[in-house]
Amino acid sequence: MAVVTERPSVDLREPAGWRRTKNRIATVLMVLSFVVVIIPLGFVLYTVIAKGASVLGWSFLTSQIPPAVVPVGTGGIGPAVAGTLEITALATVMAVPLGVLGAIYLNEYGGNRPLARLIGFMADVMTGVPSIVMGLFIFSIWVLHFGFSGLAGAFALGCLMLPVVIRSSDEMLKLVPDSLREGSYALGATKARVTATVVLPAALPGIVSGALLAVARAAGETAPLLFTILGGLTTVNSNVFSGANTALPLLIFTNATQPYVGAEARGWGAALTLIAIAFILMIAARIVTARFTRYSR
Amino acid sequence: MSAATRAGPAGTAGPARALSQRRPLGDRAFQVVALSAGLLVLVILVLIAVTTSQQASSWFSAEGFKIFTNNWNPAANQFGALAFIFGSAITAVIAVILSVPVSVGIALLLTEVVPRRWAQPIVYVVDLLAVIPSVVWGLWGILVFAPWLQGIYTHIASGVKGIPVLENLFGQPVSGDSFFTAGLILAFMITPIVTSLSREVIATVPAIDKEGAYALGATRLEVITGAVWPHSQGGIVGAVLLGLGRAMGETIAVALVIGSSPAITSQLFAPGYNMPAVIANQFGEASGVFRAALLGMGVLLFAFTIIINLLARGVVARNARRHRGA
Repeated sequence: MAVVTERPSVDLREPAGWRRTKNRIATVLMVLSFVVVIIPLGFVLYTVIAKGASVLGWSFLTSQIPPAVVPVGTGGIGPAVAGTLEITALATVMAVPLGVLGAIYLNEYGGNRPLARLIGFMADVMTGVPSIVMGLFIFSIWVLHFGFSGLAGAFALGCLMLPVVIRSSDEMLKLVPDSLREGSYALGATKARVTATVVLPAALPGIVSGALLAVARAAGETAPLLFTILGGLTTVNSNVFSGANTALPLLIFTNATQPYVGAEARGWGAALTLIAIAFILMIAARIVTARFTRYSR
Repeated sequence: MSAATRAGPAGTAGPARALSQRRPLGDRAFQVVALSAGLLVLVILVLIAVTTSQQASSWFSAEGFKIFTNNWNPAANQFGALAFIFGSAITAVIAVILSVPVSVGIALLLTEVVPRRWAQPIVYVVDLLAVIPSVVWGLWGILVFAPWLQGIYTHIASGVKGIPVLENLFGQPVSGDSFFTAGLILAFMITPIVTSLSREVIATVPAIDKEGAYALGATRLEVITGAVWPHSQGGIVGAVLLGLGRAMGETIAVALVIGSSPAITSQLFAPGYNMPAVIANQFGEASGVFRAALLGMGVLLFAFTIIINLLARGVVARNARRHRGA
């Protein structure tokens, strides 16, 4: 018995000495890297909310844009809000159905064919194309011939959204169990019918959520609009199909370099509005996803 | 008609459809529509290359290889773009150097350290960085961040005075608007994508490798360096490349904080310029060869990002293949 108690006890739970210290340092560094990210995020959000909230209000969101020298209180950012909503909606109407159809091809028809693999790969590559290049592309192919318009801006945003929607919808279609498809085929349904009435409804919440996130990203884009809708408008252009238009990101971009307090303040107000739009879309996406997981459980 | 009669077994149960019957028109039409939507991706990519190059051709033909000289003077019709290419490279490299250690750190924190129920909120917070639009980063950068950084730059510059290499890098603060400020803001912007890609890669490390290392008494750090890192190295290189591509194409935030003066210098705190920023800032007043030159830089940007993307996807695919085989 005595022999056993005299044995040095070995602590198996924690390594000792320098190895343990190194491990601690590494863990602290990992936590620090998260802290390093929170700081600029908090800094930006705090500044935008602090400076934007004071100017925000219903009349600010709906009034015409005054000249840059005018202090806050008169006028607002109405045309930019209207432009952003119109152009983003139009881009969504174009890009989402096409993106979902593309994903249906990749997942339901293409399978492992070389063409489908090529399209999938190129959709990935297309998500990496800079947004400014999309703007220059629409400028070259559309604006040079038909002039600046909200439609041109929607084309550029749509080009940005398309690969994102294809990729997210593709992921969602992959999650639909094959037994659902096989059951419908066994009843004699054609592939188109199976896809439209069985596969799509099953994947719909996921597709909607992915599309909302794509819209949220597109709504904040500036560079593609610079060469397609021109900006600089002070009144609402309700015709999205012709004539120059404006949007929140363009207004912020212009006002950021204005030396006037009023213009700067309107810039902050517009920034807060833009972030709010993105957040609302993101939260909507989360809600849709949450409902989806509840149903599938 | 003939197919139906052939298949009908003596007409007892009415005309039954043969299994080999041709698919109905609507079904084939749907397939064609879906296929064309998919092909649209290829069409758009080809059109981007063709139309923008066409519009930029007068730049390429007027300057030839002089487009790669450091000689930008629109007033004198000289359009050498080297300073902008340099600016694009330097800001993207600064962004990657600053962002990658942090991103990989967060990815390891998420996969190896915190319990699953904490991981999701952390992901939400990091993804918020990507929700803030580029132009809002720019607005904050030019009005709040750059003026604040200027004081810090001045301190650093006086601190490194007389130290050989550092003096050449950090010795010359002119204002808060500089290569480094642009790189820093780009780093914030690419961190979410690099984090999520690294995390995806690290999550594929087989649990058995890690458990084996823990069973041998390895600390968490030793598991990371011994089991996780060798497995995910290639994938993380791919993530870094994709981050580099993103950083190169980011426009508006950079256009506001880079300082807008074309320069090739080793001084990171000096104002500079890069390709997307000059396109965004000067396109409005450009025409003729000037506009072609700006469009041409768009073509270069497109080419660079496509090459980087192909390279990154190649690296990731090869890495995944090798480890699946192992």
